[in-house]
Amino acid sequence: MSEILARLEDVCRTYQKGREKVEVLHQLNLEVPKGDFVAIMGPSGSGKTTLLNLLGGLDKPTAGTVNVGGAELSSMSNSQLSRWRSTNIGFIFQFYNLLPVLTALRNVELPLLLTDFSSSERVKRASIALDIVGLADRARHYPRELSGGEEQRVAIARAIVSDPALLLCDEPTGDLDREKADEILRLLQVLNREHGKTIVMVTHDAQAAEFANRTLHCDKGTLEARVAA
Amino acid sequence: MKYFRLIWKNAWRKKIRTSLTILSVFVAFLLFALLSAIGFAFRGGVDVADAERLIVIHKVSLINPLPMSYMNRIAATEGVASVTHASWFGGYYQDPRNQFPQFPIDPKSYLDMYPEFTMPTDQIQAFERNRTGAIVGQDLATTYGWKIGDRIPIQATIWTKADGGRTWEFELEGVFSSDDPRSSTAVLLFQYDYFEEARAFGKGTVGWYILRVESGADPIQVANAIDLQFANSPNETKTSTEAAFAQSFMKQFGNIALIVTLILGAVFFTLLLVSGNTMSQSVRERISELAVLKTLGFTDRSVLGIVLSESVLIMLLGGLLGLGLGWLIIQGLAQQIGSFLPGIFLSPKAIVIGIGMMIGAGILAGIFPALKAMRLSIIDALARA
Repeated sequence: MSEILARLEDVCRTYQKGREKVEVLHQLNLEVPKGDFVAIMGPSGSGKTTLLNLLGGLDKPTAGTVNVGGAELSSMSNSQLSRWRSTNIGFIFQFYNLLPVLTALRNVELPLLLTDFSSSERVKRASIALDIVGLADRARHYPRELSGGEEQRVAIARAIVSDPALLLCDEPTGDLDREKADEILRLLQVLNREHGKTIVMVTHDAQAAEFANRTLHCDKGTLEARVAA
Repeated sequence: MKYFRLIWKNAWRKKIRTSLTILSVFVAFLLFALLSAIGFAFRGGVDVADAERLIVIHKVSLINPLPMSYMNRIAATEGVASVTHASWFGGYYQDPRNQFPQFPIDPKSYLDMYPEFTMPTDQIQAFERNRTGAIVGQDLATTYGWKIGDRIPIQATIWTKADGGRTWEFELEGVFSSDDPRSSTAVLLFQYDYFEEARAFGKGTVGWYILRVESGADPIQVANAIDLQFANSPNETKTSTEAAFAQSFMKQFGNIALIVTLILGAVFFTLLLVSGNTMSQSVRERISELAVLKTLGFTDRSVLGIVLSESVLIMLLGGLLGLGLGWLIIQGLAQQIGSFLPGIFLSPKAIVIGIGMMIGAGILAGIFPALKAMRLSIIDALARA
């Protein structure tokens, strides 16, 4: 059995909605081995994104523990979590979330601004990341000059530029047509298989989930394992 | 500095809005520069006043002359180290618009009294030797292009000559300067002896006395002692420090400092509202982008700093342009009206205060949007996006 990168134990997450308490995750347990590519599927409101937020240190559990790469996230302060995220996690969103005022290269460079790398080193690393996603020739283009698929590739380059161990993808192909979606999923597969990135991907799309090594089904705050075909 | 590109790009996100905001900041600081320089010109005499120099004038007003015989009595007063005198001539050069101060003085004692005015020794000696000689400040020499040896005719508006003439002609024997840029050198000085001999009336009087108190003497006590000895005489005196004299002279024009402060207060209050609104709009429009920055690992403080820096940057851009143009205009004004309003000058202190105000206004305008950005919940912001 390979080394466990992320482990959630008896995690509960409850939100206060007016006077009512809504339990989104209920005593959820999950282990993600290093190098895994996990797809998490489930209906809206089932807790998929909450699970992703907990893994990425964007949210804290009401009960239970979240351990990623040896770091106990539930006990870290907000500023500690910020610093931890900058080096350990790469986020990929459904709507790319690139900064429109920056070129592709400068968007990819953003996470490196939090490091001590020199300006030239940052540009060099951002260029390599863009090269990996096949967009070296689009470095000077602004997001508005790119197609949806290209924007998502830039977002992936931004996610991998600081070489994090874990990539968290929230509906990464939700805004793309089938052809572009498959291109992005194949790119994620390459990152998983050739670059050793561990990937947790939330998706509604069963075809997208087929690109993962395994699929977990999230429903009513708990996970059910289903082995990918 | 590594965030500068991000801050710069964000500041120019909406070019027209940012340009208009910068324009309003520019106008505010242009006004600040001009009003500061005008305020400085009116306050100039106070700023350069020597604490050990006292001015003795007629108790009724500066216009009333004092007897020349007071000179020795003032000099003999306990605590007085030296004394000299000056009078207001009030003439003009060629055209009534070319007005600047002209004082008949005693060369030796007057130049000893004002060591801040410097001039080559040979020029001082030439001035002392020539009864119809005159010296001018560098500002005046530059304005009218005068050179040593030039003959300068001054038309009198008060002091007609004994022969009925109104033209007083002087030979330029020297040009003095001052290292202190706050000191006005837009003045012409000529020999009192010539003035006394040639004038048609008012003989045996001077405009005012200037004295230096002995080191360690209390200037207030010395002033009281002088006024006391001339009390109940036909020409009672009023003695004050040079600064107090300059202040009372300045108040003839109204409370310039208060007017300047009120105008600038109104301008900067409006400026804060305009730029504060710009920053609030700017932050509201990119809530999701700020959430992405936080997701990537930017701390709450970094986000606070980025938004505040953007606000300060906009202020600095507009403010420095405003101060810069203001400085150029003031340089031009100093050439044009320097002799009428000497000491018009954008002081280094005003520039430092201006830059401080830009940073302060930037922080004030940006603090609430920046705090909002800092406290932003990533999950809520991303969910809304």
